[in-house]
Amino acid sequence: MTMDLTTTYLGLKLRTPLVCSASPLSETLDGIRRMEDAGASAVVLSSLFEEQLARDRDDLISHLTANTNAFSEAQSFFPAIGSFHWGPESYLNHIRKAKAAAKIPIIASLNGTSLGGWTSYAKDIQNAGADALELNIYYIPTDPSVSGEHVEQTHVDILTAVRSVVSIPVAVKLAPFFSNMASMAKRLDDAGAGGLVLFNRFYQPDFDLEKLEVRPNLLLSTPQALRLPLHWTAVLSGRIKADLAATSGIHTAMDSLKLLMAGATTTMLCSALYKFGIEHIRVIEGELVRWMTEREYHSVAQLRGSMSQRNCADPSAFERQQYIRTLTTYKGL
Amino acid sequence: MPKTHKILDANEAVADVAYRLSEVVAIYPITPSSAMGEWADQWASEGRKNLWGDVPSVMEMQSEGGAAGAIHGALQTGSLATTFTASQGLLLMIPNMYKIAGELTPAVFHIAARSLATHALSIFGDHGDVMAARASGWAMLCSNSVQEASDLALVAHAATLETRVPFMHFFDGFRTSHEINKIQTLPDETVRAMIDEALIEAHRGRGLTPDRPVLRGTAQNPDVFFQSREAANSFYAAVPAIVQKTMDKLAKLTGRSYKVYEYHGAPDAERVAIVMGSGAETLHATVDALNASGAKVGVLKVRLYRPFDAALLCAALPASVKSVAVLDRTKEPGSAGEPLFLDAVASFQRGGRAGLRVIGGIYGLSSKEFTPAMAKAVFDELSKASPKPRFTVGIEDDVTYLSLKHDPDWSIEGDEVVRAVFYGLGSDGTVGANKNTIHIIGDHTDSFVQAYFVYDSKKSGAMTVSHLRFGPEQIRAPYLIEKTNFLGCHQTSFVGRYKMLRMIAPGGVFLLNTAAGPLAAWETLPKEDQEEIRAKKLRFFVIDAYKVARDNGLGGRINTVMQACFFSISGVLPKERAVEAIRESIREAYGKKSEELVNKNLKAVEESLKNLHQVVVPAGGHAHASLVPPVAPGAPDWVRSVLGPICAGEGDRLPVSAMPVDGTYPTATAQWEKRGLAQEVPVWDESVCIQCAKCVIVCPHAVIRPKVYMPAELAGAPPTFKSCDPKDREWKGMKYTLQVSVEDCTGCGICVDVCPARNKSETKLKAINMRPAAPLVEAERKNWEFFLELPEVDRRLLKGGSIRHEQFQRPLFEFSGACAGCGETPYLKLLSQLYGDRLLIANATGCSSIYGGNLPTTPWAKNEEGRGPAWANSLFEDNAEFGLGMRLSEDHQTGAARDLLKSLENVVGAELARSILDASQKDEADIYDQRERVAELKKKLAGLKDDKARRLLALSDHLTRKSVWIVGGDGWAYDIGYGGLDHVLASGKNVKVLVLDTEVYSNTGGQKSKSTPRGAVAKFSSGGNPAAKKDLGLMAMSYGNIYVASVAMGARDEQTLKTFIEAEAYDGPALIIAYSHCIAHGIDMRTANQNQKAAADTGKLILYRYSPDRAKAGEAPLILDSKPTRPNGLGAYLASENRFQMLAKSKPEEAKVLFDMAQQDAATRWELYEYLAGRKPRPAI
Repeated sequence: MTMDLTTTYLGLKLRTPLVCSASPLSETLDGIRRMEDAGASAVVLSSLFEEQLARDRDDLISHLTANTNAFSEAQSFFPAIGSFHWGPESYLNHIRKAKAAAKIPIIASLNGTSLGGWTSYAKDIQNAGADALELNIYYIPTDPSVSGEHVEQTHVDILTAVRSVVSIPVAVKLAPFFSNMASMAKRLDDAGAGGLVLFNRFYQPDFDLEKLEVRPNLLLSTPQALRLPLHWTAVLSGRIKADLAATSGIHTAMDSLKLLMAGATTTMLCSALYKFGIEHIRVIEGELVRWMTEREYHSVAQLRGSMSQRNCADPSAFERQQYIRTLTTYKGL
Repeated sequence: MPKTHKILDANEAVADVAYRLSEVVAIYPITPSSAMGEWADQWASEGRKNLWGDVPSVMEMQSEGGAAGAIHGALQTGSLATTFTASQGLLLMIPNMYKIAGELTPAVFHIAARSLATHALSIFGDHGDVMAARASGWAMLCSNSVQEASDLALVAHAATLETRVPFMHFFDGFRTSHEINKIQTLPDETVRAMIDEALIEAHRGRGLTPDRPVLRGTAQNPDVFFQSREAANSFYAAVPAIVQKTMDKLAKLTGRSYKVYEYHGAPDAERVAIVMGSGAETLHATVDALNASGAKVGVLKVRLYRPFDAALLCAALPASVKSVAVLDRTKEPGSAGEPLFLDAVASFQRGGRAGLRVIGGIYGLSSKEFTPAMAKAVFDELSKASPKPRFTVGIEDDVTYLSLKHDPDWSIEGDEVVRAVFYGLGSDGTVGANKNTIHIIGDHTDSFVQAYFVYDSKKSGAMTVSHLRFGPEQIRAPYLIEKTNFLGCHQTSFVGRYKMLRMIAPGGVFLLNTAAGPLAAWETLPKEDQEEIRAKKLRFFVIDAYKVARDNGLGGRINTVMQACFFSISGVLPKERAVEAIRESIREAYGKKSEELVNKNLKAVEESLKNLHQVVVPAGGHAHASLVPPVAPGAPDWVRSVLGPICAGEGDRLPVSAMPVDGTYPTATAQWEKRGLAQEVPVWDESVCIQCAKCVIVCPHAVIRPKVYMPAELAGAPPTFKSCDPKDREWKGMKYTLQVSVEDCTGCGICVDVCPARNKSETKLKAINMRPAAPLVEAERKNWEFFLELPEVDRRLLKGGSIRHEQFQRPLFEFSGACAGCGETPYLKLLSQLYGDRLLIANATGCSSIYGGNLPTTPWAKNEEGRGPAWANSLFEDNAEFGLGMRLSEDHQTGAARDLLKSLENVVGAELARSILDASQKDEADIYDQRERVAELKKKLAGLKDDKARRLLALSDHLTRKSVWIVGGDGWAYDIGYGGLDHVLASGKNVKVLVLDTEVYSNTGGQKSKSTPRGAVAKFSSGGNPAAKKDLGLMAMSYGNIYVASVAMGARDEQTLKTFIEAEAYDGPALIIAYSHCIAHGIDMRTANQNQKAAADTGKLILYRYSPDRAKAGEAPLILDSKPTRPNGLGAYLASENRFQMLAKSKPEEAKVLFDMAQQDAATRWELYEYLAGRKPRPAI
C-alpha cells in the first residue's frame, strides 16, 4: 500500500506536506524546477519587497539627475532611457514563468510598506497567476510610542485590505513576538487568513568586534529553532480555522513529523536546502515514508494534530507548569 | 504659431534631420558635437526609423579617424552615411575626407565647429577646425542659427546627392550647437519632398558590388594624376547653383528662404561686413539697429564657403558699397589674411569690385563673445579714413594693437525682450529648471524663447550661469545677456565673490537664495552689491530655498523652488497660469517615475510662494564687507593679476599682454584659489586616530595631510591646532598632526568612509568625522597655514611600501577641480608624492587633462625646493607617443650629459664624475645624493668657458634620473590611443603608463569604451554593453617584457602603493591599469571605495602584478593580489551600481542574460589568471 502523504494547504491539494518556503533559491526557474523534481509539493517564491522597489526607483532617479546640466562637455552621464520598469513587472513575470515551468502550486510572497502597496501588488500577483499569496509581514517596531495594540491592528488591517481585493487564498507569515500569540492568531483567523505561517525568522544583526560595526548576518536555522513553531502549532491546532504551516528548523523527516503531529498542514523547508542541497527534499520524504511505514501509519492526515495540545496526553506541557517542571528537573549537562 | 515648433538646440535639430536621412551612422564622442551622436544612438536603440522605414545602423568607433573610415566604406557600398564631429575629430577625418571627395561621393558630415588645440586645448567654438579641412574638396555649408542648422542640414543632405560633392555642414560649437531656441522643425513630408529618390538610386548604383565589379582607390603616376584631379571640376562648378536651387525648394515648402550669399541691410549701404556663422545673426540685428538710426550699413552672410563662388558673392553686394570688413572666426598665423578674407579679396578682384576697400578681422575665437557693440566697432572702423587693414575685435590687444575698441555699454536690446540670468551650482538643478522654464513659456505662449548656458571648468562645485530671453519676435541674439531684467542667485556662496549685480538693468529684480531671511539678508551683501541695489533701484527678493526643498523631501534640489519664485516675481506669465504650467510640467517630468515625487514638488511650489519675501532696502548705511578677492592674498603677483580675474569670471577683461605667448603656465596655483565649497568638512579626533593615513591616501583633493615634527615647532601654534604623540616608534619624542584644509575640501566624505578607527564609547564616530564647515573655517584656515609652515618630513627617512609612512610625503597634486570623491585623482596624488620631484607627465585629453590643466589654476604643484611634476597635454590620440618622445629626449640628453662628463673627468675631478656616472639612483637617498653631486658639478662648471663645460652645465640636471609617466583614461588607452600605446609599450623603453580606468569616456559624459564591462549601460550602449571588457593587461603581458598591473586603491591600497613602486623601479615599460570609480557609475561617491572592494571580492576585478623581473629570476611573473571571496556575488555587486541597474530596470530580460554572462566572464577570467599565476618561465636553454 502506498503511503498517503497528501495534505491540503490554503485549499490547495498537495502531494506531500513538504513545501519550500520563501528564499532566494526560488528566484530562478532552475531552482523551482529542481525543487519540483526533488519532490516539493509547492513553492513559496521569494518575497516581493515594496520598499526595495521604491528604494531602487529613488536611487536610480537620483543618480540619473545628480550630475546633469552641470558641465560644458557633458550635460548628462547616462543615456536617456524612455521608460523604466519601476513596478513589480519582473516579479510578476517570474510568477508567470514559474507557473508555466512547474506543475506544483506556486505561492507568491509579498512584503509591503503601505496599505496601497499591499493591495495593488496583491492584485498584480493574483493576475499573474499565483495560486496563493503569503503576506510576509516583516514588521519590527522600534518606536517606543507604538503600542502593541497598534502593531496587532496593523497586521489585521493589512490582511483585511488584501483579502478585500483578491480571491486567491491568503496566508500570513507571522513573527512570534506578540503578547498573546494565540490571540493574534485568532484575530487573523477571524479576519479571513487562509493559513498562518509560523514563524518568520528575524535576521538580527551581529556585531563585528574588530571593526566595531553592526553587521547584517544571516544565520541559517538550526534544528533547535523548531521548538518555537512546534509549541505554537500544537497550541493553535484545532483552535483556529486557518491552516498552519510550520517553518524554521526543519532539517529532517523527524522534524517534519513532529510539526505535523503538532497540527501543521505543511512543513516548510529553507535552511536545510541551503545546507544539504535542494535534493534533500527527497531524502526527507523517503525518511518520512519509512518512519510512517515502520510504524504502520497510512496517511499524513492520520497523524496530523495527534500531539497537539488538544490531543496530547499532557496539555499542561505547553503551559506554565512545563516551565516549572523543566527547571526543577534540569540536572545540567 | 503653427504646431510644428519645437524648443531644442542645434545638435538635436541637426541630428533629427541627419538620422532620418541616413542608413549608416558612425559616431565618436567629442565636445561639442557628442550630443548629435548620442541622439542618433538613442533613437536607434528606441527603434526610431529613418525616412525609408529602417532603423539606421549606428556604430561607435574607436576614434574619429575610424568613424570616417567606416563612413567611407559604407558610402562606397552604396549606403547613405553620416557622422558628427568637431575640432581634433575633424582633423582625424581629413585623410578619408580627401578620399571621399576625390571619389565624388555624396555624404554629409555635421560639424559643431570648435577651436583646434594650439597653445591650449579649447572645447569652445570657432572655425579653426572646418577651415583646416577646407582644402579637402568638401562643400562647406554654414548655418548661423538653430533654425538654420535644422534647415541647412536638410539642404546639405539633398544637395550632396545631386552634386556628388560631399558636404561639411557646420555651425558654431556651443553658441549654436548648445543654444536652445524655438524653431520650426521639418516634418517627414518636407524632408521626403526635398530628397530625389532617383539620386539615391544613382548613388547606390555607383556602390561597389561583385555583381558589377569595378576598382576604386587606384595608385596613379605623374602621367595622369593631375588630369584626374581636374576631371571633377565641373561637379564643383555646379555646386553653388544646385545649393541655391535646393534652398529655393526648401523655401517653397517651408516659407523660410536662404541664399548662398545673402545680403541684409540698406540697399544703398556703403559699409558692409562679410561673415559666416552665428556672428551673422549679431550683425543682422546690429545692422537693423544702426540703419534705424540713419546709418547705411549691411551684412553679407556667407553660407556656402566651399566651393566659393566669386561671381555670386560680388552679385550679392550692393553696388553702393565702398568698404568691406571680412570677419573670420579663425586665425591663420603668418598668412596674408584669414581664409574668408582672402577668398573675398580674390573674389572682388575677379568680380570687377577691385576698387573696394577691404579690411579683415578676427573675432570670436573659442566662443569669445561677439556682441552688437563689437559689430558696431567694425562698422565704425570702416568709417575711418585709414582703418586697420587687419584687426581683431572683442579683446584688448595692447601688444600689437590690432584690436578695435568697442563701447561695452552700447546695446540694441529693447524692452520687448525679457531677459533673465541665473547663477547656480551644477548640482542644484538650476540649468534643468531653466530648460524647463523656457519650455513652459515657449509652449504655453506665442513668445519666442532662447536659452544659453555657461558652465564652469571645474567638475566639483561647478558654477552655471543661465541666460534666458523671451520675446515676441524670433530672438536673434547669439551673445550673452549684458543687462538683465531679472537675476537669480541660487547660491549664497556666490555673494561677495562675483560681481553679479553689475548685470542687472535699472529697476530690475535680484532674487537671492539665502538662509538669512528678509530682515538679515541685506547685511549679508557686500557693499558693492548694496550700492548697486540702491543706485539702480532694484527690487530685492529672498527665499530660503534649501529649507523649502528639504522640508518637502527634495533634498538639495532647489530647482522647483527657485523656478516657482521666478515665475511669481517676473510676471512673464500671469501668476496663476504660471503656477499651473509648473504643476503640469512637474507631472510630466515625474509622473512616469513616482507619484510621490510629483506630490513633493507640487507641495514645494506652494511653499515657495509662501516663503518668498521682498527685502525692504534700508535708506542709509552700508555693510563693511567687501567682495572677497578671488585668490588668496599671499598669492604671487602674476597669480593675482592674471589668474585672479579668471577665477572671478573677469577673464574677458584681460589684455593680450597679460597672456603667456606660448601657453606655458606656472604650476602650484590651485593653492591660491580657495573655493570654500564644502558644507561639511572632516574633523580629526586625535584621541581616536590610529595614524594609518588611509584618509590621506584616498582624499581626492589632497586636503588631508599628516606631519611629524619636533614638539618645539608647536611654539606659536593657533589655539585650536591639534597634535598628539605619534604611534610609530620611529617618531618617538615627536608630535603628530593630521590637518584638513577646510577651504579646499569638497566635502565628499570619502575619508570618513575609509577610516577604520572608531570611538570606543560611541562607535558611530570615527577618527575623522564630518562637521558643518561654517563655524570652522576661520580657525582652520589659521591652522592650515601654521601646518604648512611646519617642516616637511625628510623623505629619506620614510619606509618604502608603508602607507602610513609614504603618506607623509607632500603631495604635488592638490586641490584639483575634479568631482567631489573622484576615483582618479588619488592615484595621481600618490604618483606625485612618490616621484613628483622628478616627474614628467604626458597627459591624454580627458578628465585628467581638464582637472589637471584647465585654467585658471592647476593642481600640479612644487615642493619647497621648487621641483615638481612637469606636465603637458598633447592630444587625445597620441599620448603614448608623446610620452615616449619625452623619454627618448630625456635619455638622449642624459646620454649626452654622461658623455660630456666622461670627457671632462679631468676637469671636474674623477671622483665626482665617477660618483655621478655610477650612481644607482634607486631610492630617495640615492636621488638626494645625486642631486647634491650634480649641484657640486654645476659649481665647478659655472666658471668654465670651455664649450663642452657650458654644454654640460646646460645638460647637467639630466644626470639626475627622471621618471616619465604617460597618463590617460580608458577612452584613450583602450580605444583612440591603443595603437600608439601598444607600440610604445612594445618599444621596451622606460616609460610608465597609468590608465585611469573609469570604464567609460567620463569627460564627455559617459560614452562606452572598450573598457566598459558587459551589461553596463553607457551612452552609445543604451541597451547594455553586449561585449565583455577588453583585457588590456593580458594583451600587454603577452609581450613578456612589460611590467603590468591592475590596481584598485579602494579595494587594496597597499597593493596600489606596492605596484607604483615596482613599476617605477622596473627598468622598462610599465602599464598600471588603475580602476577608478566615477560619477558615471551611478554610485554614492562617499562610499565608492566599497564598490571597488566589492568589484574585487566578486571577481569583477582582478588585482595583479606581472613582473618580467620575477620571470628573469625564474619565478612566476604573475602574482594575483585579490581573490574572489564572493565568486557568486557578482549579481549583488551589479545591483549596487546604477549603470547596471538601469538595464535591470529598463530591459530586465536582456539584463538577466548579460548579467549571467558577466558572471561567467568573471569566473572564466579568474580561472585563466589563476592558471597563469602558477606558470613559471621555462628554464633558459
